[in-house]
Amino acid sequence: MSLIPDDLRYTKSHEWVRMEDDGTVTIGITDHAQALLGDLVFIEVPEAGNTYTEGDDCAIVESVKAASDVYCPLDGEVIAGNEVLADAPETVNKDAFGDGWMFKLSLTDAGSFESLMDAEAYKEIVAEDEH
Amino acid sequence: MGKHTPLYDVHVAQGAKMVDFGGWDMPINYGSQLNEHHQVRNDAGMFDVSHMTIVDLNGERVREFLKNLLANNVDRLKESGKALYTCMLNEKGGVIDDLIVYYIDDQFYRMVVNASTREKDLAWIREHAADFSVAVSERDELAMIAVQGPNARDKAHRALGDLVATQANQLKPFFIKLMDNNIAIARTGYTGEDGYEIMLPIAEASSLWMKLAEQEVQPIGLGARDTLRLEAGMNLYGSDMDETTTPLESGLSWTVAWQPEDRDFIGRKALEAQKAQGVSRKLVGLLLEDKGGVFRNHQKVIADGLEAGEITSGSFGPTLGTSVALARVAATTGEQCKVDVRGKQLSARVLKPPFARNGKSVVSD
Repeated sequence: MSLIPDDLRYTKSHEWVRMEDDGTVTIGITDHAQALLGDLVFIEVPEAGNTYTEGDDCAIVESVKAASDVYCPLDGEVIAGNEVLADAPETVNKDAFGDGWMFKLSLTDAGSFESLMDAEAYKEIVAEDEH
Repeated sequence: MGKHTPLYDVHVAQGAKMVDFGGWDMPINYGSQLNEHHQVRNDAGMFDVSHMTIVDLNGERVREFLKNLLANNVDRLKESGKALYTCMLNEKGGVIDDLIVYYIDDQFYRMVVNASTREKDLAWIREHAADFSVAVSERDELAMIAVQGPNARDKAHRALGDLVATQANQLKPFFIKLMDNNIAIARTGYTGEDGYEIMLPIAEASSLWMKLAEQEVQPIGLGARDTLRLEAGMNLYGSDMDETTTPLESGLSWTVAWQPEDRDFIGRKALEAQKAQGVSRKLVGLLLEDKGGVFRNHQKVIADGLEAGEITSGSFGPTLGTSVALARVAATTGEQCKVDVRGKQLSARVLKPPFARNGKSVVSD
Protein backbone atom coordinates (compact mmCIF):
# COMPACT_ATOMS: atom_id res chain seq x y z
CA MET A 1 0.00 0.00 0.00
CA SER A 2 1.33 3.41 -0.95
CA LEU A 3 1.90 6.31 1.38
CA ILE A 4 -1.07 8.67 1.50
CA PRO A 5 -0.48 11.53 4.00
CA ASP A 6 -3.62 12.70 5.79
CA ASP A 7 -2.80 16.41 5.57
CA LEU A 8 -2.88 16.62 1.75
CA ARG A 9 -5.65 16.83 -0.83
CA TYR A 10 -5.73 14.68 -3.99
CA THR A 11 -7.06 14.31 -7.53
CA LYS A 12 -8.31 11.27 -9.41
CA SER A 13 -5.35 11.67 -11.77
CA HIS A 14 -2.96 11.15 -8.83
CA GLU A 15 -1.74 14.67 -8.10
CA TRP A 16 -1.39 15.81 -4.48
CA VAL A 17 -1.98 19.38 -3.28
CA ARG A 18 -0.75 21.00 -0.07
CA MET A 19 -2.10 24.32 1.31
CA GLU A 20 0.78 26.47 2.55
CA ASP A 21 0.60 29.08 5.32
CA ASP A 22 0.65 31.92 2.78
CA GLY A 23 -2.40 30.62 0.92
CA THR A 24 -0.48 29.25 -2.09
CA VAL A 25 -0.53 25.54 -2.88
CA THR A 26 2.27 23.06 -3.65
CA ILE A 27 1.58 20.26 -6.13
CA GLY A 28 3.22 16.95 -7.01
CA ILE A 29 2.34 13.42 -8.03
CA THR A 30 1.53 10.80 -5.42
CA ASP A 31 3.68 7.93 -4.25
CA HIS A 32 1.15 5.61 -5.87
CA ALA A 33 1.62 7.42 -9.20
CA GLN A 34 5.41 7.24 -9.10
CA ALA A 35 5.21 3.52 -8.27
CA LEU A 36 2.94 2.94 -11.28
CA LEU A 37 5.25 4.88 -13.58
CA GLY A 38 8.49 3.28 -12.41
CA ASP A 39 11.93 4.90 -12.62
CA LEU A 40 11.52 8.49 -13.84
CA VAL A 41 14.11 9.73 -16.34
CA PHE A 42 12.68 13.07 -17.53
CA ILE A 43 10.46 15.69 -15.92
CA GLU A 44 9.33 19.02 -17.31
CA VAL A 45 7.72 21.37 -14.80
CA PRO A 46 5.76 24.53 -15.71
CA GLU A 47 7.41 27.94 -15.70
CA ALA A 48 6.54 30.67 -13.25
CA GLY A 49 3.98 33.06 -14.72
CA ASN A 50 2.06 30.41 -16.66
CA THR A 51 -1.63 30.33 -15.86
CA TYR A 52 -3.75 27.19 -16.01
CA THR A 53 -7.29 26.13 -15.47
CA GLU A 54 -8.24 22.95 -13.71
CA GLY A 55 -7.51 19.88 -15.86
CA ASP A 56 -4.91 21.51 -18.15
CA ASP A 57 -1.84 19.41 -18.78
CA CYS A 58 0.95 21.46 -17.28
CA ALA A 59 3.87 19.10 -16.67
CA ILE A 60 5.33 15.91 -18.16
CA VAL A 61 6.81 12.95 -16.35
CA GLU A 62 8.57 10.28 -18.37
CA SER A 63 9.66 6.96 -16.95
CA VAL A 64 11.81 4.40 -18.73
CA LYS A 65 8.53 2.89 -19.87
CA ALA A 66 6.30 5.77 -20.94
CA ALA A 67 5.39 9.46 -20.85
CA SER A 68 2.52 10.84 -18.77
CA ASP A 69 0.93 14.25 -18.43
CA VAL A 70 0.46 15.92 -15.08
CA TYR A 71 -2.80 17.89 -14.80
CA CYS A 72 -3.27 21.15 -12.99
CA PRO A 73 -5.63 20.39 -10.10
CA LEU A 74 -7.02 23.93 -9.72
CA ASP A 75 -7.17 27.29 -11.53
CA GLY A 76 -4.20 29.53 -10.85
CA GLU A 77 -0.83 31.01 -11.76
CA VAL A 78 2.45 29.16 -11.35
CA ILE A 79 4.77 30.94 -8.92
CA ALA A 80 7.59 28.37 -8.99
CA GLY A 81 8.59 25.09 -10.63
CA ASN A 82 10.96 22.63 -8.95
CA GLU A 83 14.06 23.10 -11.11
CA VAL A 84 15.92 20.30 -9.32
CA LEU A 85 13.80 17.72 -11.13
CA ALA A 86 15.28 18.50 -14.56
CA ASP A 87 18.60 17.00 -13.53
CA ALA A 88 17.36 14.65 -10.82
CA PRO A 89 13.98 13.22 -11.88
CA GLU A 90 14.54 10.25 -9.56
CA THR A 91 13.80 12.64 -6.67
CA VAL A 92 10.10 12.01 -7.33
CA ASN A 93 10.62 8.25 -7.00
CA LYS A 94 12.47 8.71 -3.72
CA ASP A 95 10.34 11.42 -2.09
CA ALA A 96 7.12 12.09 -3.98
CA PHE A 97 5.53 14.19 -1.21
CA GLY A 98 8.67 16.08 -0.14
CA ASP A 99 11.67 17.03 -2.30
CA GLY A 100 9.82 15.66 -5.32
CA TRP A 101 7.23 18.49 -5.37
CA MET A 102 6.68 19.77 -8.89
CA PHE A 103 5.25 23.30 -8.82
CA LYS A 104 3.60 25.97 -6.67
CA LEU A 105 0.41 27.74 -7.60
CA SER A 106 -1.26 30.98 -6.59
CA LEU A 107 -4.96 30.12 -6.68
CA THR A 108 -7.50 32.13 -8.61
CA ASP A 109 -10.08 31.19 -5.99
CA ALA A 110 -8.67 30.33 -2.56
CA GLY A 111 -11.84 28.42 -1.71
CA SER A 112 -11.39 25.98 -4.63
CA PHE A 113 -8.92 23.96 -2.54
CA GLU A 114 -11.83 22.64 -0.48
CA SER A 115 -13.31 20.99 -3.57
CA LEU A 116 -10.43 18.49 -3.76
CA MET A 117 -10.58 14.95 -2.39
CA ASP A 118 -9.25 14.25 1.07
CA ALA A 119 -6.92 11.36 1.94
CA GLU A 120 -9.78 8.99 2.80
CA ALA A 121 -11.41 9.43 -0.60
CA TYR A 122 -8.08 9.05 -2.40
CA LYS A 123 -7.30 5.87 -0.48
CA GLU A 124 -10.42 4.32 -1.98
CA ILE A 125 -9.29 5.21 -5.50
CA VAL A 126 -5.87 3.69 -4.91
CA ALA A 127 -7.42 0.57 -3.39
CA GLU A 128 -9.53 0.12 -6.55
CA ASP A 129 -6.42 0.63 -8.70
CA GLU A 130 -4.53 -2.04 -6.80
CA HIS A 131 -7.21 -4.67 -7.36
CA MET B 1 -4.29 -15.32 -17.82
CA GLY B 2 -1.24 -16.00 -19.95
CA LYS B 3 1.10 -18.94 -20.06
CA HIS B 4 3.47 -19.43 -17.14
CA THR B 5 7.14 -20.38 -17.30
CA PRO B 6 8.42 -22.83 -14.66
CA LEU B 7 9.78 -19.83 -12.75
CA TYR B 8 6.49 -17.93 -12.49
CA ASP B 9 5.98 -18.57 -8.77
CA VAL B 10 9.59 -17.64 -8.06
CA HIS B 11 9.18 -14.31 -9.84
CA VAL B 12 6.06 -13.48 -7.87
CA ALA B 13 7.79 -14.45 -4.61
CA GLN B 14 10.71 -12.19 -5.55
CA GLY B 15 8.35 -9.23 -5.92
CA ALA B 16 8.17 -9.09 -9.70
CA LYS B 17 5.58 -6.97 -11.45
CA MET B 18 4.14 -9.35 -14.05
CA VAL B 19 2.93 -8.28 -17.50
CA ASP B 20 1.70 -9.98 -20.64
CA PHE B 21 4.41 -10.59 -23.22
CA GLY B 22 3.35 -12.46 -26.36
CA GLY B 23 0.83 -14.51 -24.39
CA TRP B 24 3.18 -15.19 -21.47
CA ASP B 25 2.98 -13.71 -17.97
CA MET B 26 6.51 -12.39 -17.55
CA PRO B 27 8.33 -10.17 -15.04
CA ILE B 28 8.71 -6.57 -16.28
CA ASN B 29 10.79 -5.62 -13.24
CA TYR B 30 11.43 -6.63 -9.64
CA GLY B 31 11.34 -3.04 -8.31
CA SER B 32 13.62 -0.78 -10.31
CA GLN B 33 14.23 -1.28 -14.00
CA LEU B 34 17.13 1.19 -13.90
CA ASN B 35 18.89 -0.63 -11.08
CA GLU B 36 18.43 -3.90 -12.92
CA HIS B 37 19.98 -2.43 -16.06
CA HIS B 38 23.05 -1.19 -14.16
CA GLN B 39 23.29 -4.49 -12.30
CA VAL B 40 23.84 -6.31 -15.61
CA ARG B 41 26.31 -3.73 -16.99
CA ASN B 42 28.32 -3.68 -13.74
CA ASP B 43 27.99 -7.12 -12.15
CA ALA B 44 25.61 -9.97 -13.04
CA GLY B 45 21.91 -10.48 -13.62
CA MET B 46 19.68 -13.40 -14.57
CA PHE B 47 16.73 -13.49 -16.94
CA ASP B 48 13.99 -16.07 -17.29
CA VAL B 49 13.86 -16.64 -21.04
CA SER B 50 11.97 -19.92 -20.82
CA HIS B 51 9.24 -18.45 -23.02
CA MET B 52 11.62 -18.58 -25.99
CA THR B 53 11.28 -21.51 -28.36
CA ILE B 54 14.01 -24.14 -28.62
CA VAL B 55 13.79 -26.25 -31.78
CA ASP B 56 16.01 -29.24 -32.61
CA LEU B 57 16.51 -30.20 -36.25
CA ASN B 58 17.72 -33.68 -37.12
CA GLY B 59 18.34 -35.45 -40.38
CA GLU B 60 20.93 -36.37 -42.96
CA ARG B 61 20.02 -33.34 -45.11
CA VAL B 62 19.69 -30.81 -42.29
CA ARG B 63 22.58 -28.64 -43.50
CA GLU B 64 21.14 -28.53 -46.99
CA PHE B 65 17.76 -27.61 -45.46
CA LEU B 66 19.17 -24.72 -43.42
CA LYS B 67 21.14 -23.38 -46.39
CA ASN B 68 17.77 -23.00 -48.07
CA LEU B 69 15.78 -21.78 -45.04
CA LEU B 70 18.11 -19.11 -43.62
CA ALA B 71 19.56 -15.91 -45.08
CA ASN B 72 22.87 -16.45 -43.33
CA ASN B 73 24.88 -19.50 -44.38
CA VAL B 74 25.33 -22.38 -41.95
CA ASP B 75 28.39 -23.38 -43.99
CA ARG B 76 30.10 -20.65 -41.94
CA LEU B 77 29.79 -23.01 -38.96
CA LYS B 78 32.86 -25.25 -39.08
CA GLU B 79 33.31 -26.20 -35.43
CA SER B 80 30.79 -28.16 -33.39
CA GLY B 81 28.87 -25.88 -31.03
CA LYS B 82 29.32 -22.69 -33.05
CA ALA B 83 26.35 -20.29 -33.20
CA LEU B 84 25.11 -18.13 -36.06
CA TYR B 85 22.69 -15.18 -35.92
CA THR B 86 20.39 -15.07 -38.92
CA CYS B 87 17.05 -14.03 -40.33
CA MET B 88 14.48 -16.44 -41.70
CA LEU B 89 12.82 -14.74 -44.67
CA ASN B 90 9.68 -15.16 -46.70
CA GLU B 91 9.77 -15.18 -50.51
CA LYS B 92 9.45 -11.37 -50.54
CA GLY B 93 12.56 -11.00 -48.39
CA GLY B 94 10.50 -9.95 -45.34
CA VAL B 95 11.72 -11.15 -41.97
CA ILE B 96 9.60 -13.99 -40.54
CA ASP B 97 11.88 -14.08 -37.50
CA ASP B 98 15.46 -13.57 -36.37
CA LEU B 99 17.07 -16.47 -34.58
CA ILE B 100 20.22 -18.18 -33.40
CA VAL B 101 21.18 -21.52 -34.91
CA TYR B 102 23.75 -23.75 -33.25
CA TYR B 103 25.69 -26.39 -35.17
CA ILE B 104 25.93 -29.54 -33.05
CA ASP B 105 26.92 -32.12 -35.67
CA ASP B 106 26.29 -32.78 -39.35
CA GLN B 107 22.87 -34.25 -38.63
CA PHE B 108 21.82 -32.06 -35.71
CA TYR B 109 21.31 -28.29 -35.35
CA ARG B 110 19.51 -26.44 -32.58
CA MET B 111 17.63 -23.17 -33.11
CA VAL B 112 16.26 -20.63 -30.64
CA VAL B 113 13.43 -18.50 -32.04
CA ASN B 114 11.26 -15.77 -30.53
CA ALA B 115 8.31 -16.51 -28.24
CA SER B 116 5.93 -14.11 -29.96
CA THR B 117 6.45 -15.78 -33.36
CA ARG B 118 6.43 -19.39 -32.17
CA GLU B 119 3.39 -20.68 -34.07
CA LYS B 120 4.18 -19.20 -37.47
CA ASP B 121 7.89 -20.08 -37.15
CA LEU B 122 7.16 -23.72 -36.38
CA ALA B 123 4.63 -23.92 -39.21
CA TRP B 124 7.08 -22.38 -41.69
CA ILE B 125 9.99 -24.55 -40.57
CA ARG B 126 7.92 -27.75 -40.67
CA GLU B 127 6.50 -26.93 -44.09
CA HIS B 128 9.98 -26.61 -45.59
CA ALA B 129 11.64 -29.33 -43.52
CA ALA B 130 9.37 -31.94 -45.05
CA ASP B 131 11.08 -31.54 -48.44
CA PHE B 132 14.41 -32.43 -46.83
CA SER B 133 13.14 -35.19 -44.51
CA VAL B 134 14.34 -33.20 -41.51
CA ALA B 135 12.72 -33.91 -38.14
CA VAL B 136 11.60 -30.78 -36.28
CA SER B 137 11.30 -31.17 -32.49
CA GLU B 138 10.22 -28.35 -30.21
CA ARG B 139 11.99 -28.81 -26.87
CA ASP B 140 9.26 -27.37 -24.68
CA GLU B 141 10.38 -29.59 -21.81
CA LEU B 142 13.40 -27.30 -21.43
CA ALA B 143 13.57 -24.02 -19.51
CA MET B 144 16.11 -21.32 -20.30
CA ILE B 145 17.92 -18.90 -17.97
CA ALA B 146 20.27 -16.20 -19.25
CA VAL B 147 23.04 -15.00 -16.92
CA GLN B 148 24.67 -11.80 -18.17
CA GLY B 149 27.22 -9.27 -16.98
CA PRO B 150 30.97 -8.95 -16.35
CA ASN B 151 30.77 -11.29 -13.34
CA ALA B 152 28.08 -13.54 -14.77
CA ARG B 153 30.30 -16.42 -15.82
CA ASP B 154 32.21 -16.63 -12.53
CA LYS B 155 29.02 -16.56 -10.53
CA ALA B 156 27.31 -19.05 -12.82
CA HIS B 157 30.27 -21.44 -12.48
CA ARG B 158 29.85 -21.44 -8.70
CA ALA B 159 26.09 -22.03 -9.02
CA LEU B 160 26.41 -24.79 -11.62
CA GLY B 161 28.84 -27.03 -9.76
CA ASP B 162 32.28 -28.24 -10.81
CA LEU B 163 31.33 -30.78 -13.45
CA VAL B 164 29.23 -28.40 -15.55
CA ALA B 165 31.36 -25.35 -14.73
CA THR B 166 34.53 -26.97 -16.06
CA GLN B 167 32.88 -27.57 -19.43
CA ALA B 168 31.24 -24.14 -19.50
CA ASN B 169 34.53 -22.44 -18.69
CA GLN B 170 36.03 -23.81 -21.92
CA LEU B 171 33.34 -22.24 -24.09
CA LYS B 172 34.47 -19.56 -26.50
CA PRO B 173 32.08 -16.66 -27.24
CA PHE B 174 29.17 -17.67 -29.45
CA PHE B 175 29.53 -21.42 -28.79
CA ILE B 176 27.19 -23.92 -27.15
CA LYS B 177 27.98 -27.14 -25.29
CA LEU B 178 25.40 -29.89 -24.92
CA MET B 179 25.99 -31.81 -21.74
CA ASP B 180 24.52 -34.81 -19.93
CA ASN B 181 21.04 -34.70 -18.41
CA ASN B 182 19.66 -32.36 -21.06
CA ILE B 183 21.69 -29.37 -19.93
CA ALA B 184 23.12 -27.07 -22.58
CA ILE B 185 25.12 -23.92 -22.02
CA ALA B 186 25.69 -21.28 -24.67
CA ARG B 187 27.99 -18.28 -24.39
CA THR B 188 25.43 -16.01 -26.03
CA GLY B 189 22.99 -13.33 -24.92
CA TYR B 190 20.96 -10.24 -25.68
CA THR B 191 22.58 -7.54 -23.56
CA GLY B 192 26.00 -6.67 -25.02
CA GLU B 193 27.63 -8.29 -21.99
CA ASP B 194 29.47 -11.58 -21.56
CA GLY B 195 27.53 -14.46 -20.09
CA TYR B 196 25.59 -17.63 -20.69
CA GLU B 197 22.21 -18.83 -21.83
CA ILE B 198 21.52 -22.05 -19.96
CA MET B 199 18.97 -24.58 -21.20
CA LEU B 200 17.88 -27.20 -18.70
CA PRO B 201 14.93 -29.43 -17.78
CA ILE B 202 11.94 -27.51 -16.41
CA ALA B 203 12.09 -29.40 -13.10
CA GLU B 204 15.58 -28.00 -12.41
CA ALA B 205 14.94 -24.37 -13.33
CA SER B 206 13.92 -23.10 -9.88
CA SER B 207 16.81 -24.83 -8.21
CA LEU B 208 19.38 -23.21 -10.54
CA TRP B 209 17.65 -19.81 -10.19
CA MET B 210 17.96 -20.00 -6.39
CA LYS B 211 21.60 -21.13 -6.59
CA LEU B 212 22.35 -18.16 -8.81
CA ALA B 213 20.54 -15.92 -6.32
CA GLU B 214 22.83 -17.30 -3.58
CA GLN B 215 25.75 -16.05 -5.69
CA GLU B 216 24.11 -12.61 -5.66
CA VAL B 217 23.03 -12.76 -9.27
CA GLN B 218 20.01 -10.42 -9.32
CA PRO B 219 16.81 -11.20 -11.20
CA ILE B 220 16.24 -8.89 -14.19
CA GLY B 221 12.90 -8.18 -15.86
CA LEU B 222 11.92 -7.63 -19.47
CA GLY B 223 12.09 -3.85 -18.96
CA ALA B 224 15.85 -3.84 -18.42
CA ARG B 225 16.26 -6.60 -21.01
CA ASP B 226 14.86 -4.15 -23.55
CA THR B 227 17.09 -1.19 -22.62
CA LEU B 228 20.15 -3.47 -22.47
CA ARG B 229 19.55 -4.89 -25.95
CA LEU B 230 18.71 -1.44 -27.32
CA GLU B 231 21.98 0.05 -26.03
CA ALA B 232 23.76 -3.00 -27.45
CA GLY B 233 22.24 -2.20 -30.86
CA MET B 234 20.36 -5.48 -31.11
CA ASN B 235 17.10 -5.54 -33.02
CA LEU B 236 13.80 -6.57 -31.48
CA TYR B 237 11.56 -8.59 -33.75
CA GLY B 238 8.18 -6.96 -34.28
CA SER B 239 9.55 -3.48 -33.50
CA ASP B 240 12.71 -3.04 -35.58
CA MET B 241 11.84 -5.52 -38.32
CA ASP B 242 8.99 -7.75 -39.38
CA GLU B 243 7.58 -9.38 -42.51
CA THR B 244 7.18 -5.98 -44.22
CA THR B 245 10.89 -5.11 -43.95
CA THR B 246 13.95 -6.86 -45.31
CA PRO B 247 17.29 -7.36 -43.52
CA LEU B 248 18.82 -4.78 -45.88
CA GLU B 249 16.64 -2.02 -44.44
CA SER B 250 16.91 -3.34 -40.87
CA GLY B 251 20.63 -2.97 -40.20
CA LEU B 252 21.08 -6.68 -40.80
CA SER B 253 22.87 -6.79 -44.16
CA TRP B 254 25.81 -8.32 -42.35
CA THR B 255 23.71 -11.40 -41.64
CA VAL B 256 22.90 -12.04 -45.30
CA ALA B 257 25.42 -14.40 -46.88
CA TRP B 258 25.50 -13.61 -50.62
CA GLN B 259 28.33 -16.04 -51.33
CA PRO B 260 28.28 -18.57 -52.85
CA GLU B 261 26.07 -17.10 -55.53
CA ASP B 262 24.36 -20.38 -56.28
CA ARG B 263 22.99 -20.85 -52.75
CA ASP B 264 19.30 -20.34 -53.33
CA PHE B 265 17.93 -19.36 -49.91
CA ILE B 266 14.30 -18.31 -49.45
CA GLY B 267 14.00 -14.57 -50.12
CA ARG B 268 17.25 -14.30 -52.05
CA LYS B 269 15.66 -13.20 -55.32
CA ALA B 270 13.69 -10.46 -53.59
CA LEU B 271 16.80 -9.19 -51.77
CA GLU B 272 18.82 -9.18 -54.98
CA ALA B 273 16.10 -7.19 -56.72
CA GLN B 274 15.97 -4.71 -53.85
CA LYS B 275 19.74 -4.35 -53.87
CA ALA B 276 19.80 -3.82 -57.65
CA GLN B 277 17.14 -1.15 -57.36
CA GLY B 278 18.89 0.53 -54.44
CA VAL B 279 17.83 0.18 -50.81
CA SER B 280 15.89 3.34 -49.97
CA ARG B 281 15.75 3.00 -46.17
CA LYS B 282 18.23 2.13 -43.45
CA LEU B 283 18.09 1.34 -39.75
CA VAL B 284 20.28 3.68 -37.70
CA GLY B 285 20.99 4.56 -34.10
CA LEU B 286 19.87 7.90 -32.66
CA LEU B 287 21.39 9.60 -29.64
CA LEU B 288 19.45 12.47 -28.05
CA GLU B 289 21.62 15.56 -27.87
CA ASP B 290 18.94 17.90 -26.47
CA LYS B 291 17.08 17.88 -23.22
CA GLY B 292 13.33 17.79 -23.38
CA GLY B 293 12.01 14.26 -23.55
CA VAL B 294 12.55 10.61 -24.25
CA PHE B 295 12.52 8.82 -27.60
CA ARG B 296 9.58 6.45 -28.05
CA ASN B 297 8.51 4.01 -30.75
CA HIS B 298 6.84 5.62 -33.80
CA GLN B 299 8.07 9.17 -33.17
CA LYS B 300 8.82 10.93 -36.47
CA VAL B 301 12.38 11.59 -37.60
CA ILE B 302 13.01 14.80 -39.54
CA ALA B 303 16.13 15.42 -41.64
CA ASP B 304 16.79 18.62 -43.58
CA GLY B 305 13.27 19.77 -42.80
CA LEU B 306 11.60 16.71 -44.30
CA GLU B 307 10.11 13.65 -42.70
CA ALA B 308 12.78 10.96 -43.01
CA GLY B 309 11.27 8.04 -41.13
CA GLU B 310 10.37 6.94 -37.63
CA ILE B 311 11.74 5.44 -34.46
CA THR B 312 11.32 1.68 -34.25
CA SER B 313 12.67 1.28 -30.69
CA GLY B 314 13.11 4.27 -28.42
CA SER B 315 13.80 4.53 -24.71
CA PHE B 316 16.11 5.97 -22.12
CA GLY B 317 19.59 4.45 -22.23
CA PRO B 318 20.66 4.15 -18.60
CA THR B 319 24.34 3.53 -19.45
CA LEU B 320 24.37 6.57 -21.76
CA GLY B 321 22.39 8.76 -19.37
CA THR B 322 20.30 10.03 -22.28
CA SER B 323 17.70 8.77 -24.68
CA VAL B 324 18.66 6.36 -27.47
CA ALA B 325 16.73 4.80 -30.31
CA LEU B 326 16.82 2.68 -33.40
CA ALA B 327 15.07 4.36 -36.33
CA ARG B 328 14.25 3.44 -39.90
CA VAL B 329 15.06 6.46 -42.05
CA ALA B 330 15.73 7.43 -45.65
CA ALA B 331 19.07 6.06 -46.86
CA THR B 332 20.18 9.62 -47.63
CA THR B 333 19.91 10.73 -43.97
CA GLY B 334 23.17 12.28 -42.75
CA GLU B 335 24.77 12.58 -39.32
CA GLN B 336 22.21 14.83 -37.67
CA CYS B 337 18.42 14.84 -37.48
CA LYS B 338 15.47 16.02 -35.42
CA VAL B 339 12.90 13.86 -33.69
CA ASP B 340 9.35 15.01 -32.97
CA VAL B 341 9.03 14.31 -29.25
CA ARG B 342 5.53 15.26 -28.11
CA GLY B 343 5.43 18.23 -30.44
CA LYS B 344 8.98 19.43 -29.84
CA GLN B 345 11.73 18.94 -32.41
CA LEU B 346 14.75 17.66 -30.47
CA SER B 347 18.24 17.26 -31.98
CA ALA B 348 19.72 13.81 -32.36
CA ARG B 349 22.99 12.42 -33.63
CA VAL B 350 22.69 9.63 -36.19
CA LEU B 351 25.16 6.84 -35.60
CA LYS B 352 25.84 3.19 -36.18
CA PRO B 353 24.85 1.06 -33.17
CA PRO B 354 25.86 -0.21 -30.64
CA PHE B 355 25.68 2.52 -28.01
CA ALA B 356 27.15 0.42 -25.20
CA ARG B 357 29.09 -2.80 -24.83
CA ASN B 358 30.89 -4.53 -21.97
CA GLY B 359 29.73 -2.19 -19.25
CA LYS B 360 30.24 1.16 -20.89
CA SER B 361 29.27 3.63 -23.55
CA VAL B 362 31.00 3.22 -26.92
CA VAL B 363 29.68 6.53 -28.27
CA SER B 364 32.32 9.23 -28.80
CA ASP B 365 31.75 12.63 -27.20
